[in-house]
Amino acid sequence: MTTVSPGERPPGTPRWPAAPLLRHGALAATADSSTEGARSREAVPDLRYSDAEEQLRAVARDLLADRSPWPAVLARVDAGEADDVPLWHALAADLGCAGLLIPESHGGAGASYREAAVVAEETGRAAACVPYLTSAVIATTALLGTGDDLLAGLAAGRLTAALAIDFAAMPPAPDEGGMGAWAGGPWPVRVGPPEDGDAPGLARLSGTARGVAGALAADVLLVPGDGVPLRLYAVAAAATEVSREAVASLDATRPLADVTLDRAPGRPVASGEPAARAVAGALAAGAGMLASEQLGVAERCLEMTIAYVKERRQFARPVGSFQALKHRLADVWVAITQARAAARYAAACLAAGDPDTPVAVALAKAACGEAAVLAAQECVQLHGGIGFTWEHPAHLLLKRAKSGSLALGTPDRHRAALAALVDLPPPPGG
Amino acid sequence: MLTADQASGLRQQVRDFLAGHDPAAMPRLEFLRARFDAGLAWVHYPAGLGGQGLSRSLQAAVDAEFAAAGAPDNNPARIGIGLGMAAPTILAFGTQEQKERWLRPLWTGEEVWCQLFSEPGAGSDLAGLATRAVRDPGGGNWRVTGQKVWTSIAHAARWGLLLARTDPGVPKHAGLTYFACDMTVPGVEVRPLRQLTGEAEFNEVFLTDAAVADTDRIGAVGDGWRVAQGTLMNERVAIGGGALPREGATTGLVAAAWRKHPEARTPGLHDRLIRLWADAEVARLAGVRLRQQLAAGQPGPEGSAAKIVFARLNQELSALELELAGADGLRYDDWTLRRPESLSFFARGPGYRYLRSRGNSIEGGTSEILRGIIAERVLGLPAEPRTDTRVPWKDLPR
Repeated sequence: MTTVSPGERPPGTPRWPAAPLLRHGALAATADSSTEGARSREAVPDLRYSDAEEQLRAVARDLLADRSPWPAVLARVDAGEADDVPLWHALAADLGCAGLLIPESHGGAGASYREAAVVAEETGRAAACVPYLTSAVIATTALLGTGDDLLAGLAAGRLTAALAIDFAAMPPAPDEGGMGAWAGGPWPVRVGPPEDGDAPGLARLSGTARGVAGALAADVLLVPGDGVPLRLYAVAAAATEVSREAVASLDATRPLADVTLDRAPGRPVASGEPAARAVAGALAAGAGMLASEQLGVAERCLEMTIAYVKERRQFARPVGSFQALKHRLADVWVAITQARAAARYAAACLAAGDPDTPVAVALAKAACGEAAVLAAQECVQLHGGIGFTWEHPAHLLLKRAKSGSLALGTPDRHRAALAALVDLPPPPGG
Repeated sequence: MLTADQASGLRQQVRDFLAGHDPAAMPRLEFLRARFDAGLAWVHYPAGLGGQGLSRSLQAAVDAEFAAAGAPDNNPARIGIGLGMAAPTILAFGTQEQKERWLRPLWTGEEVWCQLFSEPGAGSDLAGLATRAVRDPGGGNWRVTGQKVWTSIAHAARWGLLLARTDPGVPKHAGLTYFACDMTVPGVEVRPLRQLTGEAEFNEVFLTDAAVADTDRIGAVGDGWRVAQGTLMNERVAIGGGALPREGATTGLVAAAWRKHPEARTPGLHDRLIRLWADAEVARLAGVRLRQQLAAGQPGPEGSAAKIVFARLNQELSALELELAGADGLRYDDWTLRRPESLSFFARGPGYRYLRSRGNSIEGGTSEILRGIIAERVLGLPAEPRTDTRVPWKDLPR
């Protein structure tokens, strides 16, 4: 039993259409390593950062430090203007980060998820108010297999897109049987017939997608329409038939909106199996890159806390010299060393299209989500009273950490997915 | 590319060596000595000392080639302290004569090494140790008196890595000197120290006016702390850093028990299982990443995390394995006082593993001491105020 039967899936959780999954049951080696086990060890890709990735990190970090320091982020949150349009333009177009995943034939950089993950780390560190994850990773991944003309606009930073799916959605489980009649869902948006004068192929879409991240910044919404076969539609976000209602987001640096379509014109960009692959691949890549973002959040929390406990004096000594605090910070650092390995493995597997990708993403999303929440909670606690105030940036990172761990599958959901992938079935009836 | 060429060149060297040394027709020891002399023992060691000055990562190809030919190995589990701690210490701090005297019989297993560091009064505070080494008047050699404890395999050892106090009149870290102690001389008495597992994997070693030659001193007089730091760093790497496949070691045992015993499954155990499986796989990947950094000459501080993580996981996994054993979990395989020559963690039952793993967070630096090291040396947090580092050792309260 390595697959999850439909009855075990929560409603709305589609199945992953990826390549046949690696048979982890066959790797059930004991203490003596088997040849299968030896193969899996050799298969681990390079988990370090390359020089090029470090260079990319340096320019992204400089930009974010310069244009998005804490007071600026706080001011934006206070003003309820969480989309930093000039910063996003600089990151997306000037640095070319929007086109990292897009092939050069469509005007992109032709890089991979390894590089994209490094930028995700930096946006997490800064709690930057930019739709990098939602547009440059999730929506872009959804379009990569379609070759759609939208890719050129995304690569150039002229267009911003969002996949109109609840940000809490869990990436679907792999299905070794391939796509078949998979349509995911039920999706909240219904597909209706075109109206007089509509261009051929156009459909009219109606319904409300709740909790869509990046929708307010988007020019284009990618909307899965309910039905078999599954179709993915491109919808102009500014159309009069589209309303985007901002909701108060737990993480004010990543705004959410409820998106309501009322007979909105939608152009199909993928249908059937390609559409299913697009949606499932986008969610998986999103979860994998969000793991790297969470790694960045965790590192920033640790750095901020270390700086504070070195400087803050009580009982005539720096509070960082107390063993009770030192050991807690050592535990955060240990968790980060583990999370980094998991995040790099997920990025490398996504980049290579490795059949172990579902395992890697589940490991990374669970490990990095928990590391970020641990680091952020310790950051608040070890700052004491000042860490509980609105004026101090610790809460920005705490909210980014906790909401990131809830988004695209909680750590617990990812571990449940992992259990199915590696043949560790739950108890009967569990 | 270069590494691949070097690996294939080494494989050819092994085949050439095997053509002239048939393992089936030679005594084992003679074969191992010849392998050492051919520079195929540990290729990252210098030429003339069993190696060829190559990258450590190339050793796997050599070992695989010998294993494929059915050649005997040096039983690394039995000589782990020699290979993992004594050899790197001798290589880094020993004289040329010491390297030539000790490394060959160490590698072949002719001479087993143990470690004489901890004492009843000096565990985490190793630098406070009290075993005294006094220089013979005129002669230059040393007489050692004191008690050592937690000494694995001392009962089979020819040599002990000894840390002793040579100057009680200076602060504690400054008065230590590092020696190799011949375990066969009069005045060295080894007694089994029975552990909570029932066996005596460790020993107490009583040193009473035991003679140590000055030529067996490793490093300068008073420089013992620095040499010991090198040994301990290697110990922690050895405990925390092994290369394993997915579901290797204890994780594999627990996963196999889970698959084999559906009747033992509960939601609570499933939650613990999958958390531990995931954490163990991530820890494995962190180990792979660490070795990739080392192979590329970019050592990072992440190694300090590996031992803490390993200890916690091995303890929680072995506890879970015991719970999955059902009614058999109430039975123990063997309480007789045995003195094993190598650790047989996986050959024993789950009850033994549960008990033995409790030591993982104590041996080789407790997890608490390691957290302190990480906090101060990696994170740069201010040191705890201390009263013991500037006072002469003899004046410390005890």
